[in-house]
Amino acid sequence: MEFLQYFGGVFEPTSFLLLLGGTIGGLILGATPGLSPTMAVALLIPFTFQLAPTQGLILLGAAYTSTVAGGAVSAILLRIPGAPANIATALDGNAMAKQGRGAEALHISFLSSGIGGVIGVLLLIFLTPVLAKWALAFGPSHLFWMAILGVTVIGSLDSKSFVKGLLSGCLGLWLSMIGYDDIQGAQRFIFHDALTGGVSIITALIGIFAIPQVIDMLAAGREKQNIASIKVEKHSFIDSLALTLSSIKSLSIGTVVGSFIGLIPGVGGQIAGLLAYDQTKKLSSNPESFGQGNPQGVIAAESANNAMVGPSLVPLLTLSIPGSPTAAVLLGGLLIHGIFPGGDLFDNHPEVIWTFINSMLVGQVLMVIFGIAVAAYAAKVAQVPKAIMASAVLVLAVFGAYSVQQSMGDVYVMFVLGVGMYFLEKFGFSAAPLVLGLILGPIAEANFIQGSLIANAISSPAQYFLTGSLNLVLIALVIASILWSFFSTQKENRAKKEANSL
Amino acid sequence: MSELTANTDDSSAHDALNSTDAKPVASRMGYLIPAVLVLGLAGFVTYISYTQEPADAFLFPRLISSVMLILALWNFVRAALGKSKVGQGIAARVWLRIVPGILLMAAFVFFAAKYFGFYAASTAVFFLMYSGYDPASHLSVKSWRRRVIVTVAFMSVIYALFTLLLKVQTPRGIFL
Repeated sequence: MEFLQYFGGVFEPTSFLLLLGGTIGGLILGATPGLSPTMAVALLIPFTFQLAPTQGLILLGAAYTSTVAGGAVSAILLRIPGAPANIATALDGNAMAKQGRGAEALHISFLSSGIGGVIGVLLLIFLTPVLAKWALAFGPSHLFWMAILGVTVIGSLDSKSFVKGLLSGCLGLWLSMIGYDDIQGAQRFIFHDALTGGVSIITALIGIFAIPQVIDMLAAGREKQNIASIKVEKHSFIDSLALTLSSIKSLSIGTVVGSFIGLIPGVGGQIAGLLAYDQTKKLSSNPESFGQGNPQGVIAAESANNAMVGPSLVPLLTLSIPGSPTAAVLLGGLLIHGIFPGGDLFDNHPEVIWTFINSMLVGQVLMVIFGIAVAAYAAKVAQVPKAIMASAVLVLAVFGAYSVQQSMGDVYVMFVLGVGMYFLEKFGFSAAPLVLGLILGPIAEANFIQGSLIANAISSPAQYFLTGSLNLVLIALVIASILWSFFSTQKENRAKKEANSL
Repeated sequence: MSELTANTDDSSAHDALNSTDAKPVASRMGYLIPAVLVLGLAGFVTYISYTQEPADAFLFPRLISSVMLILALWNFVRAALGKSKVGQGIAARVWLRIVPGILLMAAFVFFAAKYFGFYAASTAVFFLMYSGYDPASHLSVKSWRRRVIVTVAFMSVIYALFTLLLKVQTPRGIFL
């Protein structure tokens, strides 16, 4: 119960104001189609430079939690999921809104998000220290394989082609090697002055997540957006609360599925929401009512996608392996504040980490309160023309990248990576493994070099890296993640061929 | 689900929703070009990793670039056989829409921001991009007035956030 000692930190005036600002801002950003939670968190990182690590993390954590929940507003009122995690919410949420039950749908959406989120954060609180203690037993060879596992898992699961997913991861690993090699003092892959200091993680994150979305918005051209918001009628909050609390089956499925999915690196909220929705529908006595405005569909989907948030930070904080792309961006935020995740995190920075985790717990409550209060306004923001959104995100991205080191070189790198990522994504490459390769690259290399030095002193590198039970388990997981992706791609291709031949 | 997407416009969420069903719009050659570019990059990185000194500094890059080269070769072969149609590709009409925007962004990032000043260039690019892609009429005074007001309001917020709050010193250039 160590976390209880640090609850006070959340309620310090600056921290609480940041939590409040991050929650409200996140709700509005989340409701805006085209602004993903990942991009919102990436664009917020430069604003945390002036803040203490705890405060910076509170802001990022609040934004992460509330952008996922905020995406439900546009899913319900506009039939446009604010983020991929809210796709399942739109199925029944919008049908409810069309039936004049928009307020009820918003109430149960935020309430179930809050309940799922609290359970997810409690899992984070109780699982993380246990795993962190276990992670202390890791040596350089294990940490090397863990970093490689992080890249292969996300490369395999987050991409529609395992070759392109793994290639994306390799590209990220290569980007992480650009600049000066600290150990040998040698220049590596410095093709331009802008690359002398290497590729800054924050700069890369902003470029990779913001610029493709700007270009995507421009791809709509001057077409008028036919977005009509449904008017929200008043509804008793107590009735919505009673309905949510009585939906034990949907809440249980949502939170269990969401928490489990969150713990698996790279799977993300989209899958959690859809899987929980699907299971709730299958186990329902009235499955045909799903898609027609059944509140249970909204409860299952929203409790799942927010229950995923807390557990997605468990592998991040203990093993440096983010559970979702947004968690990967949060890892970037941790690193720039000099906080290195791992087994000793809770010994070295207990105040920072526990205050951050506690703020996520309090943030869930704020998210429910303000989510319901600002939902109608957030839906209006979702109707802002794409031309304004694209221009605003571009300017924010350029200012954000520049403010990292006050260097134009960072702006060039951000832009080139962003435009490159747009084209790569259009041809099946994936941003998440690339980002993870970039973040985990230095960890993998440092442990590879350290492990090689130890290996040369006591045995051979092959023996050091390829033997030992933990090494073998990790290697098996690396191979399993690749094989699983390979065979599922093959299966998908066969299914497509069969469908075409019919 | 198809009904859901039919009523909505482009966004990352919709892309995710559509991703499994979306039909590729690029030709086999369209998929081959990125495969060739990635193969070229992987080959170049591998060449540098194996030829540059000191060799110890390139130990890890050699390992990674070798794996990257194998995967890039695999990807190239699949693309050449027409088996790599993952991702939608880019339709011709989309190219026509995005190229002016990308050129404007490039001019802003590589030239205007430094030479005209960050704020002057940002204001200009915000206004130009908003005006260029705004579906509202270009003949209406009301539309132009709204564009000017939105641009000034947004840039004021940016100034308050970055210069007043975060104390970021931006390049001044000829203007501001």
